[in-house]
Amino acid sequence: MLKSSLALFLKDVYSELRTRYAINALVMFIIVTISVILFSIGNEKISDFLTGGLFWVVIFFSAMSGLSRGFVSEEERGTVMTLQLTAKSSVVFTGKLFFNLILGFSMNILIALLYAVVFDTFRISSLGIFVCIFILGNIGLAVSSTLIAAIISKANSKGTLYPVLSFPILLPLMMILVDLTKSCMGGVILQEVMVEIAILVCYDIIMLAASYLLFEFIWEY
Amino acid sequence: MSFVIVAGFCFPIVPVPAHWYQFPLIPGLEEKARIIFFHVPTAWLTVIAFFFSTYFSAKYLRNKDWQDDIKAYASAQIGMVFCILATITGSVWAKFNWGSFWNWDPRETSIFALLLIYGALFALRSALDNEEKRAQLSAVYNLISFITVPFFIFIMPRIMTGLHPGSAGDEGGSGPIVNFKMNGNMRIIFFASLIAFTILYYWIYQISSRTLILIEKNNRKLIEE
Repeated sequence: MLKSSLALFLKDVYSELRTRYAINALVMFIIVTISVILFSIGNEKISDFLTGGLFWVVIFFSAMSGLSRGFVSEEERGTVMTLQLTAKSSVVFTGKLFFNLILGFSMNILIALLYAVVFDTFRISSLGIFVCIFILGNIGLAVSSTLIAAIISKANSKGTLYPVLSFPILLPLMMILVDLTKSCMGGVILQEVMVEIAILVCYDIIMLAASYLLFEFIWEY
Repeated sequence: MSFVIVAGFCFPIVPVPAHWYQFPLIPGLEEKARIIFFHVPTAWLTVIAFFFSTYFSAKYLRNKDWQDDIKAYASAQIGMVFCILATITGSVWAKFNWGSFWNWDPRETSIFALLLIYGALFALRSALDNEEKRAQLSAVYNLISFITVPFFIFIMPRIMTGLHPGSAGDEGGSGPIVNFKMNGNMRIIFFASLIAFTILYYWIYQISSRTLILIEKNNRKLIEE
């Protein structure tokens, strides 16, 4: 099963690298979003913690524009039927999840780097914990958005519907992440934020389990 | 139901209850306590309606019976209406008790998320043409959104400080369990109101799900002819 999902993942990577449509567009999207924030702030002095919140806003919208690619492109190219015939639903989901994880990680690392360069006030005091929540948050984001992407790829008006459907599901994750980022910027020790990190792990595991259970029903049609 | 309405509006609230029809005074609430007989049961009805909606969605995924999908849809509609009502009554109550219409305390945040979830569900339903596909995908979305509910009910109140009873700022204890500060007859009216709203839900649900099923059957007949 792992082997075939790896093959599916590689197929997605190759077809993405061949056109570079999504990657180019995403990099530009990230730059545009960050410049919109920069221009809207202008010369105003914004508080340190606000940049922590805005950081996740940028991540959320880039994820919403990029992570639906996996399923939507299958639907657009009309290759869904082939995939349905050749692979089991869990294999398809694992492959797409890998792809979204890699795409999400590279996207968010780029955002984090750009963000740290552009904003002087975005300084993380406890870097270790931040890296930890960054990874956990990315996993949660990738899992939920992959599942929602599978749903919206079957619907009309895909682009608009995607953030609408994802936001309530991602809301608990986002709230905890913003909260944790704030405390990381202020500087904390691991003991203080143990409960929040446990919640993040819970969210990731619950969403992953639910995705595997429910994906079968989405994929049938 | 009507008894609850009459009692909720008309029974006077006095500091020391002398007669059976008088309510004791709750410190910090005073006359405003009346709305508890409507606001809390509305929220309760919302929870029941969404719970049944999820139940029928799960049942649909099991049996693929289109009537279950209609039932889930009908229940979600009722839930949405009462969710809006609970938000409005709660907002009015918050204005007079806590000073502003909206404070982003954990309960308010979670009811806002509920509105978003079911708004998204209806948006999804309208974006799908094929009936079976619509039933299937909205059932799946209903189940996904249902599993985020524990995060709002049990975890959010512990992280954020809140104003409702049972949240982290409350000295009575943090957690979903709420200490009742009501007395005797007040409690009777309160639970009578809960029961009345449950029956109200059942009644509306019966009517709307039957109508929707009849409309659907009629449509199918028309298509066959």
